[in-house]
Amino acid sequence: MEHFISLIIRAVFVENMALAFFLGMCTFLAVSKKVEAAIGLGVAVIVVLTITVPVNNLIYTYLLKDGALAWAGYPDVDLSFLGLLSYIGVIAALVQILEMFLDKYVPALYNALGVFLPLITVNCAIMGASLFMVEREYNFGESVAYGFGAGLGWALAIAALAGIREKLKYSDVPNGLKGLGITFITVGLMSLGFMSFGGIDI
Amino acid sequence: MSMKLKDTLLEPIFNNNPIALQILGICSALAVTSSLQVTLVMCVALTTVVAFSNTAVSLIRKQIPNSIRIIVQMTVIASLVILVDQILKAYAYDTSKQLSVFVGLIITNCIVMGRAEAFAMKHGPKDSFFDGIGNGLGYSVILIGLAVVRELFGAGKLMGIEILQTVNNGGWYVPNGMLLLPPSAFFLIGLFIWAIRTWKPAQVEEDEFKITSNSKVPLAQQEA
Repeated sequence: MEHFISLIIRAVFVENMALAFFLGMCTFLAVSKKVEAAIGLGVAVIVVLTITVPVNNLIYTYLLKDGALAWAGYPDVDLSFLGLLSYIGVIAALVQILEMFLDKYVPALYNALGVFLPLITVNCAIMGASLFMVEREYNFGESVAYGFGAGLGWALAIAALAGIREKLKYSDVPNGLKGLGITFITVGLMSLGFMSFGGIDI
Repeated sequence: MSMKLKDTLLEPIFNNNPIALQILGICSALAVTSSLQVTLVMCVALTTVVAFSNTAVSLIRKQIPNSIRIIVQMTVIASLVILVDQILKAYAYDTSKQLSVFVGLIITNCIVMGRAEAFAMKHGPKDSFFDGIGNGLGYSVILIGLAVVRELFGAGKLMGIEILQTVNNGGWYVPNGMLLLPPSAFFLIGLFIWAIRTWKPAQVEEDEFKITSNSKVPLAQQEA
């Protein structure tokens, strides 16, 4: 249990998807103007990551890895080069299924998430988490914890940035820095802050 | 080369830069810029993928049913990225290890998707190819700029060759380690955008609110 908690804490603070690996930056910068929208998107990312990372883990372990097809009688087959294609397929399909499921059974949440749900497919944080999972050779349990932690970290970062930007629009920024420029510098400062978590090990 | 093709090629470099203006492709870009060599490989990989995915999508744009176009584009892009990934693993294994997940992340790089969706679906293959190259170059300009600053002042080296001799090696230069850390990339991009927008003021974003001065000076007096 401690191992999983430590994994989650690391994924949220030390290896924050947005602030330490720059993943999901496009949506991170585009949707962080309002706190409500940012939190909605954050929740969607947590849900999608918690599902896709373990599913991709299963696909990798039982279908793609070198020798993974031994159960089907092909012990010499190595399909790991198909990884990228299958992960993105899984992500796109899961986002689509989630969208239809929410539309049918939880319309309130569906309406709240609105256009952000399909956008998640091209969010690099989702794809990135799956690739990191493969690179670090997490097992199934670890991948659930990692997916959840990575999502939580991303949600936390975007909610915090949206809060800062809501206040920031009342400030007098030099012309060339308005909008995107000052946002980048703000994110840089946040990222410095998050770096102080580095080295924490529980 | 006709005037129009030249525009398609050169426009994205400064006037409509994918990173500084369209906010595309920042995701996988920043983490690789702490060393110039890795950055160059990344730029070549991305430019190739954008150019060829644009061409391919443009060639089949009339056959793609509108409702499944995203999946089709994704498949084209993912196949190209797998190709690039395998080539890198075969011929530049060390660099491919350093790039780690970021080659794979070209798939979700918004530049590739964005250009396929916004340009290649509406234009012919030749235009699309040059648009891809142009956007790849626009991305490369920013990335190489960042990488030069970060590696030169962060480690005193360029392409692994020592330019500013550091104190540790008996020289005079005290390297600024922060430039090798993630936050510096954000600051540098912010400053980069500032520079581009000072040069080309048309790109400045409008304020939602105007700031009024604290003291209420009558307008006539203010102008005088």
